[in-house]
Parts: sequence; C-alpha cells; structure tokens
Amino acid sequence: MPSAPSHPSADAVVDVRGVHTRFGDAVVHDGVDLSVHAGEVFALVGGSGSGKSTLLREIIALQQPEAGSIRVFGQEVVGLGDEQALPLRRRWGVMFERGALFSALTVAENVGMVLAEHTDLPPHLIREVAAVKIALTGLPADAGTKVPSELSGGMRKRAALARALALDPELLFLDEPTAGLDPLSASGIDELVRSLREGLGLTIMMVTHDLDLLWRAADRVAVLGQGRIVGVGTMTELSHSDDAVVRQYFHGPRGRAALEQAGKLEQTWKTR
Amino acid sequence: MSLDFGAALTVAGSAPGAAASELRCHGNWSVHTIAALERLLAQVRWPEGGDMVVDGSGITVLDTSGAWLLHRTMAQRAARGGAVRLQGFRAEFAALLQLLAARGLPLEAPLPPVPPWLERVGRRAWAGLAGFWGYLAFVGESALALLAALRHPRRLRWRPILRNVQIAGVDALPITGLLSFLMGIVIAYQGADQLQRFGANIFVVDLVALAMLRELSPLLTAIIIAGRSGSAYTAQIGTMKVTEEIDALRTIGVGAQDLLVLPKVIALVIVMPLLTVYTDVMGVLGGMLMAKLKLGVGFAAFIDRLDEAIQLSSYWTGLAKAPVFALIVALVGCYRGFQVSGSADSVGAQTTVSVVQSIFLVIVTDSLFSIVFLWLDL
Repeated sequence: MPSAPSHPSADAVVDVRGVHTRFGDAVVHDGVDLSVHAGEVFALVGGSGSGKSTLLREIIALQQPEAGSIRVFGQEVVGLGDEQALPLRRRWGVMFERGALFSALTVAENVGMVLAEHTDLPPHLIREVAAVKIALTGLPADAGTKVPSELSGGMRKRAALARALALDPELLFLDEPTAGLDPLSASGIDELVRSLREGLGLTIMMVTHDLDLLWRAADRVAVLGQGRIVGVGTMTELSHSDDAVVRQYFHGPRGRAALEQAGKLEQTWKTR
Repeated sequence: MSLDFGAALTVAGSAPGAAASELRCHGNWSVHTIAALERLLAQVRWPEGGDMVVDGSGITVLDTSGAWLLHRTMAQRAARGGAVRLQGFRAEFAALLQLLAARGLPLEAPLPPVPPWLERVGRRAWAGLAGFWGYLAFVGESALALLAALRHPRRLRWRPILRNVQIAGVDALPITGLLSFLMGIVIAYQGADQLQRFGANIFVVDLVALAMLRELSPLLTAIIIAGRSGSAYTAQIGTMKVTEEIDALRTIGVGAQDLLVLPKVIALVIVMPLLTVYTDVMGVLGGMLMAKLKLGVGFAAFIDRLDEAIQLSSYWTGLAKAPVFALIVALVGCYRGFQVSGSADSVGAQTTVSVVQSIFLVIVTDSLFSIVFLWLDL
C-alpha cells in the first residue's frame, strides 16, 4: 500500500491518519491515511459504497470515526463538539451533493444568512457581498431573488457554492460537484473550480465520480478501495498504476474514454 | 485614520489641506472589518474629479468582501470622472480585484421587489378562489376514483386500507378514550351544581348522555383525528411531492388517488363511526363516575335512567355525522398534501392549513347538521 509518511506533513491542510469506521458489521474504513496540501485541488474517488462521502463527513466533523486522527488546519477534529468545531467551520465551506439550500429563502438570503450569523455587517453590505459571491459563481444577477425550487440543477449547485464561499473560506469541500448535471453545466463547474483556486487561493477537497472533472481540475487524486487509500497521485500517475482497483477505475470503458480525451488534449498541446 | 480592528486607511492630498487624492490601505481588509472600513471611507472628503491613487502595499489580508469594498469605492470614483490607479498591491490581491472588475458587478445590490398593496390583495384573493376550485376538482376526482374502484372492488388496495385503519383507528383509542372520558366528567361536574339546586340529581344522566351522544363525541373525535391523522396525511403526501415520488407513481402508471387518497378516505370512513361509538361509551362512563361522586347517583340508577333518557334517534344523529366528518378530514388532509410546492417550508404551511381548514369545516358542518335535524324534528 502506498502509505503516506506517518508524521503529519508541514503544509497539510487536511491530515487523515489511520481512520477506522464501521457501520454495524460492515467495515467502511480500515486505516485510511491521506493529506491535502495548501493550495491544491485534491479529489477523493472510489466506487459506490467505498466510503468517500463518509470520510468527507468525518473530516467536516459531522460524523465520528471509530478510531484514528483527522487534523484540519493542524487541529484535531475527531471528538470535537459542535461548539468547539465552530471556529474551524468558519474557516471552511461545504457544498453538499444536493445543494442543501434552505428552500424557504431566496438564493441571496441563503448566502446572506451565513454573513448575518457570523459577521456584524449592516444589511446593505450583506446584500452587496452576497451579490458578489453569487456573481463569482457565474450566476446571473437576478438569480439572487429566486428561491431554490425555481432554479435548474446546475444553478442550484452554483448557488450552493456561493453559500459555501460566503465567509471566504480557506478550504472548500465539494461533495459530488457535478453529479446530476448535463455535460455543459458540468464543464462549467470544472472551470469554476479552477478559477476559484486561482482567483481566491483556495484549497479544494472534492469527492467525485466525474472522470472529466478529475482530468481537468484535480491536482492530486486519491482512490479509496477496500477501506484504504489504494493509490494517490496525479491523474497521469494513477492511469499508469498497477493496482487492480485503480486500474479497474481508470481503465473501465468510461475511464478509457476520458483517458483518451485527456491524451488528445496533451497531443494538441505538444503539436502546438 | 485608524481603529483597533486590524485594518486602517490613510488619505493624503496633493497639497496640505487639499482634498484627498491618495488612499493608502493597511492591514486586514476582510469580511470582519469592512463594516468599519466603510464608515471610515464615508468620512473621506474626495475632490471633485481629478485622479486618484489607491496604494495597497500595506494590505496583509484581502478577501472578496474587502476587495468588493475597494472595487466599489474605486468604481464610484471612476463614475464621477477621473482615473483610478492601483499601486503596490500584491499579485494575488491585484488578481482578486481584477476578478471582481471582470464580473461587471452592479454597485447597488438589487432589493427583492415588493409587490404593491393592491396586487398582494388580488393575489391572496385569487389564491383563495383557486384553492376552492382546486378543492372541488379534487373532491370530484376522488369521487370518480372511488366509483371506478367500487366497480372493481378487487382492485381496491385493502392492505393500505387496513394499515390506515390500524394507524388512524386502533392507535387512536387511548387518546380519544381518555379525552372523552374527561369530557364526560367535566359535563357532569358543571351540571351537578345546577341540578342539585333543583334536587334533580338524576337528570345528570340526560345531560351527559344527550350532550355526548348528539354533539360532543362526534365533534371531539373529528377534531382529534384532524389533528392526528389529517395532518399526517398532508405531511406524508406533501413530502412525497417534494421528493417527486408522486411523479414517479404517475410514471409507473399507479394513480396517486388509488394508492394514497382512497385508502385513507375509506379507512377514515370506516374508523370514525367506530371511534364515535367508543367515545360515546367512554364519555358516558366519565359522567357516571362523576354522578356517583358528586351527586350520589349510583351506577345502577344511572344505567336505568339511561334507558329512558336517550332515544335511538339521539344515538343515530350523533353517529350519522361521523362518516361526513371523516370525509372532510381525509379529503382536506390529502388535498393540502397535493398543494405542497417544492420546499420544506411549504410542507409546514400546508399542514397548518390542513388542520385549521378541516376543524373549521367540521364545526361548520356540525352546525348545518343541527339545523337540518331541527327541521326534521329529530
């Protein structure tokens, strides 16, 4: 197993060591180690039921692992209560898979609510800053006055992202950012992820199935399989891996198509 | 100008005493400081027209909120004429300002439009009318579905019907029983004083039996069931609507009426009369207990008198209301569930409306029954 060094690396924003999780008799994590460095786009992949989302929930302190240590910004989050997790939670933003926007509030109010809760901004500044976040995610200005049920799936994801960005987090967690989107909206999300990293200097950790998103946006990718990390590296490194699970993942029919696509891209760059 | 919140700005003029032409920013320009920074900026006296320099060499932290404040200040200056020049910004901060400038943001955030008073009144009235029509249409659809089901009784879904009988009926026995027992006690207790004054103790039987059988027990049962089952119907169907389960049913070719509405309506129509008989008995038992304790009317005497006090018609007039109340509660509950639109908030709102409307309609119908029974001299 390509296990990362057991001492926490100096610039690790997220550092997971030896995490064990089980639901009843089913072992989900059997010693997961990984670290996310500052300023990178890190992706966690794996088959359905491999425990990706569970690991994400453990990192953002919504769920407790059975054993192991998870440090975010150098602080242990395992065993942290909601009260103690608050200062950490203000430093990270989370975009949930289905958006989890508050359905009774407009998009602008969804974003503004976070600002009103954690800052002392006057109402007009809250409206302005919320409008800035909404515009940053590429939504049209009038989207702010709509309620989530009036938005399309892709717009809802962007609105959820705007809310996750409300407090200018240093670290952004994205759970399946492109799931349920058409290819056009999905590639819009690819670009958004990259521009956020460059424009705002974010560290991004995402859980995804989307091979195109991985090729286009991820700096490093970790593959979760059989309860452990079976491979970490860039997409190019992983596509040459010998590990059976990794190969299965990247050399399935869809994996190959994305690989060829990425290969073509590199070709065109080289010929230019 | 500087305050102890970690951020500061200084302004300098081209000549001493002249208006400001250079803005020097220092420290932490972030979401936590922009409220104070905005107040400082508002005090600055800017020259009419003329160029302006913004110096960012002192900025240590700049997030999108801080960048927005700077961007807005500069854009407002630029709108009045006069060039604005950036100077000394770190590369990443300049990039962030560039990112905001590239988005072409409006300087005033749009306020959500508030419709005028008359429009709101009109919309409310229209929604009320539409709700009434929708309800009629729904009752019609349910009746058609029921007719279709009665022609092919084998197609009726007996399992959900029996489940609803269990939930709305059997599980409601403790609460309806207890409340009607207490109601019997209260009526006997309230009447006791008056009756004792006339030495007409035995008439407590008439009081309790007539009040419970004719009026209170069907009404009490309907109100409890509206709060207990009607609200549950709205919440269940409403949540299914939010999660698109209703649409899924239609695609599979199963009518939502057949699967969700008819079993509930049929179950309540079966259960409500049974519950009413049960609450009749419990109410009279409560009165009997109080009659013994407060008025010294023994159980045997009470039961003897009961035979004379109530005619069969009293019993039937009370019982006849029960299926009608059942229809009201079940149909309003289901209808309101289908009116839910897309949000968790809407489920709550419709559940409230469901309970209020069914109790309202039950009481109105009860008074209509009284008028009809008066005509018929029952």
